[in-house]
Amino acid sequence: MIFQRTNRLQDSLTRTRQSFFGRIAGLFSGGDITEETWEALEALLIAADVGVATTIELVDALREQVAREHIRHADEAQDLLKQQMVALLQAKTRRYLEGDGRPLSVVLVVGVNGSGKTTSIAKLARYHQSRGDKVLLAAGDTFRAAAIDQLAVWAKRLGVELVAHQQGSDPGAVLYDAIDAAQARGANVLIADTAGRLHTKHNLMQELKKIHHVAARRLPGAPHETILVLDATTGQNGLAQARTFSEAVPVTGLFLAKLDGTAKGGIVFAVARELGIPILFVGTGEHAEDIAEFDAVQFVDGLFR
Amino acid sequence: MFENLSTRLQDIFNRLSGKGRLSEADVDAALREVRLALLEADVNFRVVKDLIARVRERAVGAEVMKSLTPAQMVIKIVHEELIATLGEPRKLNLSGTPPHVIMLAGLQGSGKTTTAAKLALKLRQSGQRPLLVAADTRRPAAITQLEVLGRQLDIPVHSEGDKVPPPRICANAVDRARKGAYSVVILDTGGRLHIDDEMMRELEDIVRRVSPSEVLLVADAMTGQDAVRVAEEFNRRVPLTGLILTKVDGDARGGAALSIRAVTSVPIMYLGVGEKTDALEPFQPERLASRILGMGDVLTLIERAEAAFDQEQARKMEQKLRTATFDLEDFLEQMQQLKKMGPLHQLLEMMPGFSGIKSQLPEDLTEKQMKRVEAIIRSMTPEERRDPRIINGSRKRRIARGSGATVSEVNQLLNQFRQMQQLMKQMSAGRGIGGFFGRFGL
Repeated sequence: MIFQRTNRLQDSLTRTRQSFFGRIAGLFSGGDITEETWEALEALLIAADVGVATTIELVDALREQVAREHIRHADEAQDLLKQQMVALLQAKTRRYLEGDGRPLSVVLVVGVNGSGKTTSIAKLARYHQSRGDKVLLAAGDTFRAAAIDQLAVWAKRLGVELVAHQQGSDPGAVLYDAIDAAQARGANVLIADTAGRLHTKHNLMQELKKIHHVAARRLPGAPHETILVLDATTGQNGLAQARTFSEAVPVTGLFLAKLDGTAKGGIVFAVARELGIPILFVGTGEHAEDIAEFDAVQFVDGLFR
Repeated sequence: MFENLSTRLQDIFNRLSGKGRLSEADVDAALREVRLALLEADVNFRVVKDLIARVRERAVGAEVMKSLTPAQMVIKIVHEELIATLGEPRKLNLSGTPPHVIMLAGLQGSGKTTTAAKLALKLRQSGQRPLLVAADTRRPAAITQLEVLGRQLDIPVHSEGDKVPPPRICANAVDRARKGAYSVVILDTGGRLHIDDEMMRELEDIVRRVSPSEVLLVADAMTGQDAVRVAEEFNRRVPLTGLILTKVDGDARGGAALSIRAVTSVPIMYLGVGEKTDALEPFQPERLASRILGMGDVLTLIERAEAAFDQEQARKMEQKLRTATFDLEDFLEQMQQLKKMGPLHQLLEMMPGFSGIKSQLPEDLTEKQMKRVEAIIRSMTPEERRDPRIINGSRKRRIARGSGATVSEVNQLLNQFRQMQQLMKQMSAGRGIGGFFGRFGL
């Protein structure tokens, strides 16, 4: 099976765990809770890109609970923290493309430059293929040099069809045509690439709105998923990205890319906490198979083990 | 939830300036806030700790007491320490016998290929003959991407497809540069994880074979706490000579640059500030520090204004400013140029004193003011624009009706314009865009 790749996720989490979260685990192994425990815990969460506000909220809530329930052992506190972190990530959990029975599902993939959109699209395509879907890709990044070629290489490798226009053409028109093509060719999943854009570029965010609108006009209900690809190495700016992208288009989920490095991806806690956007997938390598459905328990468990 | 760093710091300093003298407790309270703000800017927590310690040492005691106001002194010290940490800028090392080899390395998606093209363009503009080398054989179409960019810029690209090992491609490229009298060779290597041993060995291989005079780490300005580890690991494998920070045109505050510099001592060299191939700026520590501090950055603003100006137009404008024949028609044109620089509220953020009041203004207020001024001028006849002195009472009423403004608004604009013309007569050259628009409350 292709998607028995959880070991890859485990591998990458192992690396994470050996570092900062590993040290958190160390803090909690045995002994009583002291003031030092809290301070070190805050520092460690911040070092994992969880962010100041989320860290403070998590730790304060834990302290309160610990006091209320007269908990003295660090071990117990650790379990509670894990539960909290899982709860935070699960608050808005929802199945990817829930509500089956559509003839065609359109998945729009957005994100800042270099976050890993194209590779993540290849992974999503592979994921759908393994579920027996007929996939069509739309080369919606008409801006960056050779972005279309990059997706074309993936399409060929994966054996899926690609709808592409010339570089510099209107991305909305690409998506419009791609929906036509998907319907004509009987594809049931259309995954659309978009050009990387910094969320601070007003015009480009307007363009994204338009692309989203074009899809909705061509096929009511589309796009059925608008996935924001977030680079796991991103720091606090990830929250600004998620916030601004979801102001422009209704972002329905996150794809946390590049989790195979040493970065912890802790910003997802802030995104979940403030925006309630669910994390749907994680990417853990350069191969199309390096994708896993997001599992909050596993994610948090892995971080602490 | 998270305000940006400059708003945060502004808040802190506003609070501070209300007090006469700065006690140790005040300094500590302020520094706690500075610490949080820096952490939110992705400055590595270890670096923050060091920086705070240094500032505290300087801030508590005599130095502060001697200063004009305690708050100003704290700003100064934090700013100075940020500048000191960011370090001195350094130029590319192009001494010795050409071809000079510049290798770019970094994580996937940090912006190496775009940066390679930008760097090649910059070097050609300074009289070099650059050769770009497509050494990323892994990412699909990375080679094509560099080739397309090379074609756009008319800069040759050395590529051997994706089957030849990158170290060999690089060595061949340097041979070709030698024979073809290229003065600089820029190696665009594939993105790789710092912990991917095999890929890091490939980089070491390239370095062994072509001994680059510059090994530049390309890092994303949005990188979080992990930036330090990435930089340390790259530096351990292929000693780095410089850092290029990319995507600085976003709203990330550049904490990663501060961290990388502090931990590895690798000098910061350039900032990538846009997707276009000319969007590469030399790093200037004061500016980056100011941006972090929220003190504004008028210099960048002016520079951008200059960049947005059409050269020919700029010359004409300068001539007009010199001879004080600058009229409302020119003013309108200049306003169009200003618009090209981006949303006004973003520009305001870069100007001293404005970042604080920005959040109190409705976002589109200044845009509205600008539109209003534009509407008033557009309601004038070309003759009136060229010579506003002819605008009498009835003309004013007509202009007010035409633009939906009041007569007093028209008067206000004309008065301000007169004052500005006076000012221009006093100026020898036309460089004062900041103060210029400042007069209009923009």
